[in-house]
Amino acid sequence: MLALKLAIRNLLGAGLRTWLTAGVLSIAFVVMVFYQGLLDGWNLHARSTTREWEIGGGQYWHPAYDRFDPFSLQEAHAPLSPQALELAAAGRIVPELITQATAYPDGRMVNLLIRGIPPGQQLLSLPTAALAADSVGIPALIGRRMAASLRLQPGDALLLRWRDRSGVFDAREVTIVGIFRADVPSIDQGQIWLPLATVQEMTGMAGEATLLVSAPDQAPLPLAGWVFKDTDFLLKEFTEVIHSKKAGSSIIYGTMLAIALLAIFDTQVLSIFRRRREIGTYMALGMTRGQVIGLFTVEGAAHSLFALLLASIYGLPLLHWLGTHGISMPEVADATGMTIGDKMLPVYSAGMVLFSVAVVILSTAIVSYLPARRIARLKPTEALRGRAQ
Amino acid sequence: MKCTILCLILVLAAGSVPAQTAGEIIRKIDDNLSARNRVTESAMTIHGRRGSRTLTAKSYAEGTRKAFTEYLSPAAERGTKMLKLEGQLWIYSPGTDRTVQISGHLLRQSVMGSDLSYEDMMDDRKLAEIYEPSIAGEEELDGRPVWILELTARVSDAAYPRQKLWVDRERFVPLRQELYARSGKLLKTALLSDLQRVGGRWYPMQVLYKDMLKQGKGTEFRTTQIAFDQAIPEWIFTKAALKQ
Repeated sequence: MLALKLAIRNLLGAGLRTWLTAGVLSIAFVVMVFYQGLLDGWNLHARSTTREWEIGGGQYWHPAYDRFDPFSLQEAHAPLSPQALELAAAGRIVPELITQATAYPDGRMVNLLIRGIPPGQQLLSLPTAALAADSVGIPALIGRRMAASLRLQPGDALLLRWRDRSGVFDAREVTIVGIFRADVPSIDQGQIWLPLATVQEMTGMAGEATLLVSAPDQAPLPLAGWVFKDTDFLLKEFTEVIHSKKAGSSIIYGTMLAIALLAIFDTQVLSIFRRRREIGTYMALGMTRGQVIGLFTVEGAAHSLFALLLASIYGLPLLHWLGTHGISMPEVADATGMTIGDKMLPVYSAGMVLFSVAVVILSTAIVSYLPARRIARLKPTEALRGRAQ
Repeated sequence: MKCTILCLILVLAAGSVPAQTAGEIIRKIDDNLSARNRVTESAMTIHGRRGSRTLTAKSYAEGTRKAFTEYLSPAAERGTKMLKLEGQLWIYSPGTDRTVQISGHLLRQSVMGSDLSYEDMMDDRKLAEIYEPSIAGEEELDGRPVWILELTARVSDAAYPRQKLWVDRERFVPLRQELYARSGKLLKTALLSDLQRVGGRWYPMQVLYKDMLKQGKGTEFRTTQIAFDQAIPEWIFTKAALKQ
């Protein structure tokens, strides 16, 4: 306690130098919390949105299906077993049949995936009820990215060409009955949603599906002929992106932290050099070398307390404002192909904030201790004369 | 009197053309257009929105299952090679020095921006193997007497379930071809012209392909040289030949 009191008195006595060092350290702390909060917020939003719109509580895949390999679609389809049909009727799973096709908007050629889904499904947030429209030939649903890319509006007709299970060409016009707005690009870009029964008829795959989306509260079931993929697997690539982004952002706030720590290190070296007589006096009065090292280490580490104080004065309102209003994303963010909202809202968890506090205090304590070790080599008599070995 | 006799001879001569069944007609078309092997040099002119460009190529084909094409010009495409081998297609790009197999989505892409897709190139079985023909009528096309043939797929995996051909009645070469989807939608047309006698058969030296769902003036395919039944070394139809 005595060491802390002495440390705070000495730091306050140093005046502007202390506050400049603490200021830089506080900026590093606020940036650290903000970046981590931003990535955590993105992660939470993307996971919940993807579950709501695309993957539910997991998916049952046909064994040949590979979502990154469109070639696999030729083989990846199978009839639904009676058990799967029962679950589908109860709304516990949603079957989807996927096939490749070519669209011809305004005479252009665009490759896409046709995805058949039951119009009555309520498990996913997709507004598939629009597909129940029987006033148009083949109703189709697309996302806003696809609508912008193909320049389509509700009510527009779009010519599709595809090959059935035997490789026979067919072409028909579909009518856009709805354009949905979702933050999940994988259900939007290059995708067109049609009623499941229509896609089954178009492809000659009556009663078949490529994958089954499970309800969020549905425990995995052993469905013969289908392989269950949990949400961790389905979000694996996104998780890797977040980890990579976290590593990247740590370089930014790590650099700021390093600058502040360097200032503290320099301060400590200078302080020990200039206060040799004081160190000698402490030793002459009976303090052990360890106690003196501890005193100087606490003094250096106390910079972090000042930094946290400063950060709470200006950082709390700033982080709160950012957490409430978020950061608007530019239109080009859609082109990344990742689930990202119009705004990114940072989420600050207590664990993350405490971790950041611990990192700042611990790293400050370490850089304060390293130069203080020199004190151990000082002879009290020499130190009292103001000489250093 | 002489004139009457001459007219009578001409009428009899015309009447002496043996009646052809639809099956015989498409077999003769296959005989004209297919060969044990052939070596061709061709120029493909693609008419796009921003103008036209021409690619020249040399091709080797063995039956309907093996084909090798090397693009000769323009400079940007020179050295690009394509190999079709037993239902599989590879492309070698000299720029990247890599060989890529074309399948799935990529098969639906057009070849070098033309109206032909890779999958069009893949399916070149003989007409008689795939279709049940019937004669729908007779008419004149570009001054040539033609039969109009309706072809309906007899196999379940024919890319186009229905075709319509306008076949030259004397040369047994289609002058016009229409390819239809299962729904009856016209997908592609081909206009064949400049028929020449090559190695005892009639062969269309120029074909204008048009994807009817796409905008544009189509793709002209001109055969500048063709030779049938040549001695083509077997190594041409190997993946190793792509990098040579």
